[in-house]
Amino acid sequence: MIYQDSKPILQVHGLCATVNGIEILKDLDFTVKSGEVHAIMGPNGSGKSTFAKVLAGHTAYEVTAGSVLFEGKNLFELEPDERARAGVFLAFQYPIEIPGVANSQFLRLSYNTVQAQRGHEELDPLEFDDFVREKMKLLEMSPNFLDRSVNEGFSGGEKKRNEILQMALLDPRLAILDETDSGLDIDALRVVAEGVNQLATKDNAIILVTHYQRLLNYIVPDFVHVMEAGRIIKTGGKELAVELESRGYDWVGVENNATMALS
Amino acid sequence: MNTLASIPSPPAGLLETMLLGLPPLQSSPLPRINALRAEAVNRLDVLSLPTRRDEEWRFTDISPLKQLSLAPALSAPHLEAADIAHFYIEEATTRLVFVDGIHAPQLSSAASNGDVTVSNLAAVAASHAARIEAHFGRHAEFRDNVFAALNTAFLDDVAVIVVPRNVVLAEPVQLLFIATQKEVVSTPRCLVVAEAGSEATVIEDYVVLNQSGWQEEAHLTNAVTEIVLEDNARVNHIRVQREGKKSFHIANCAVSLGRSSNYQSVSVALGARISRYNLDVMLAEGAECALDGLALISANQLADTHTCIDHAQPHGVSRQLHKCIAGGSAHVVFNGKVKVRKGAQRTDSVQSSRNLLLTGKAHVDTKPQLEIFADDVKCEHGATIGQLDNDEVFYLKSRGLSDSVARSLLTYAFGAEIIERIPVASLKQRLAQVVFEQTSSQL
Repeated sequence: MIYQDSKPILQVHGLCATVNGIEILKDLDFTVKSGEVHAIMGPNGSGKSTFAKVLAGHTAYEVTAGSVLFEGKNLFELEPDERARAGVFLAFQYPIEIPGVANSQFLRLSYNTVQAQRGHEELDPLEFDDFVREKMKLLEMSPNFLDRSVNEGFSGGEKKRNEILQMALLDPRLAILDETDSGLDIDALRVVAEGVNQLATKDNAIILVTHYQRLLNYIVPDFVHVMEAGRIIKTGGKELAVELESRGYDWVGVENNATMALS
Repeated sequence: MNTLASIPSPPAGLLETMLLGLPPLQSSPLPRINALRAEAVNRLDVLSLPTRRDEEWRFTDISPLKQLSLAPALSAPHLEAADIAHFYIEEATTRLVFVDGIHAPQLSSAASNGDVTVSNLAAVAASHAARIEAHFGRHAEFRDNVFAALNTAFLDDVAVIVVPRNVVLAEPVQLLFIATQKEVVSTPRCLVVAEAGSEATVIEDYVVLNQSGWQEEAHLTNAVTEIVLEDNARVNHIRVQREGKKSFHIANCAVSLGRSSNYQSVSVALGARISRYNLDVMLAEGAECALDGLALISANQLADTHTCIDHAQPHGVSRQLHKCIAGGSAHVVFNGKVKVRKGAQRTDSVQSSRNLLLTGKAHVDTKPQLEIFADDVKCEHGATIGQLDNDEVFYLKSRGLSDSVARSLLTYAFGAEIIERIPVASLKQRLAQVVFEQTSSQL
């Protein structure tokens, strides 16, 4: 939701990034204020996921120009784990399986690490168990998922729920959801979206990276951005997503090119 | 005239030293035992210690062992239960303890009743003569295996477990082998017979008395284990090798699976300067086995695991996951052979060797081998060697964990996948802790 006088959480200016020497992000500008929900849409290969990973600090991506301020501070001075502890959260498109580590163990370790950073009390296993079970209800997850290895043998939908569970536990200032909707059936999509909606507050912000408009029926964005060839070529309200769905991405590209030609 | 002298004699004295120390063993009431000993002594005249020119030893150089002067362990120090109670596995209500290979009745809690026999050979040789004669020395081949021959030549105390027909043992049995003396060879020997329809869990546990002190000196453990599963029997076999970091550990285990029997093995190698474990499993019709292994070593350790899964008859199922974690300049070796004999149709076999190298100096040799002589089978095998996956590290860091915590957690998890398969809770917990400590200390 757009609030008056809300503070900027993320300010991206002229961001360029490469993978294996190939430029993926080209002069990207983007601003997110607290309370807002932004959707970034675009065809495959437009740079959406790269942008998400650059924000989280994946080492495979090299930032070659531009700046990103997170709550006014230079994000690139922070390691990925420091970003997480500072309040940046990335829900992965393909969450990693970690056989041998119980989900409960991983969630508690992660939760306590972030809590400690914020000067909050850490929870022992019993306290954490109560706490996490409460959060799992939000996502209609069975407590069985606590005893299983992290993401191992989880279905696509279960993995995505587990990602949003982590978001619920870590209470980030900025959550980036990278194609959280892909591969979900409609029931799972609804549960995940409702979970995200309940986590949205006026103090945090959410970036939805998605390929499809479907998710945006459930999580209503304040802004929709269309990304192509590494930059944002169009920004609008939630109605833009509907238009994209019916007219396709080519339409934006054409219109944008036409606008550029006219100006 | 120097022809004879120029024949290479790789033993370089070690075998001779050991054989010179061969005590006049007390004659066994079982003629088979006496005959096996005599035959093994004869074979040792012909056999020599392996070199890297032997195909089966091409990755493992045992010359550090050959430089030692070792004598057979003729007696063992007297230990009190308090000295070793920390090795006891609480679930195991029956336990046999061997100190330097010599049975320690005062530390053991044997069983010999209608349900099960867990005893040293001498005590049951008469009462179980038929069972023992039927199986002893018939599964572990020693005629071309110098270490098995050496073990057989020194045959004396033997851990014997017999689970009678249709008896299900709820509690595991612990066979605890404690090394205490330097510069000795100990000769552990086990025979496990699971009669038709029976079930048992056997923990074969090789430990060192103290983790400091004399363990800076070497010794050799040279073990042989035979496990027989009659039709429909189920055996869980957990083998833990946590000897001193200067010791040498060589073991041969032969498992024979009867029709529709099920053998589940988890072997964990943590200790020894050089260790070698040969596990040979033969499956009859419809038998199933799972062979899981973890070698977790560092510094200059070498851990070599050779397995052979022999599908001799149709409808057998085998699963194998062998994992190695090598730090320092350690060297891990895995040679996993899967044989499917002609006629062993509908065999279903999956084998995987996964290796994690923590340093640039650590080394792995892995060799999965399929030998298939039947035409209607499903066999898969594969091997991976690598370092920690950057995407996995990133995933954990993106959840706030520091680089070092993320790396040690992933390394731990890599090993814990095998430890998780141990069906004895306290042992699983204990080994998980050891794996956690070792993996965190190396990163």
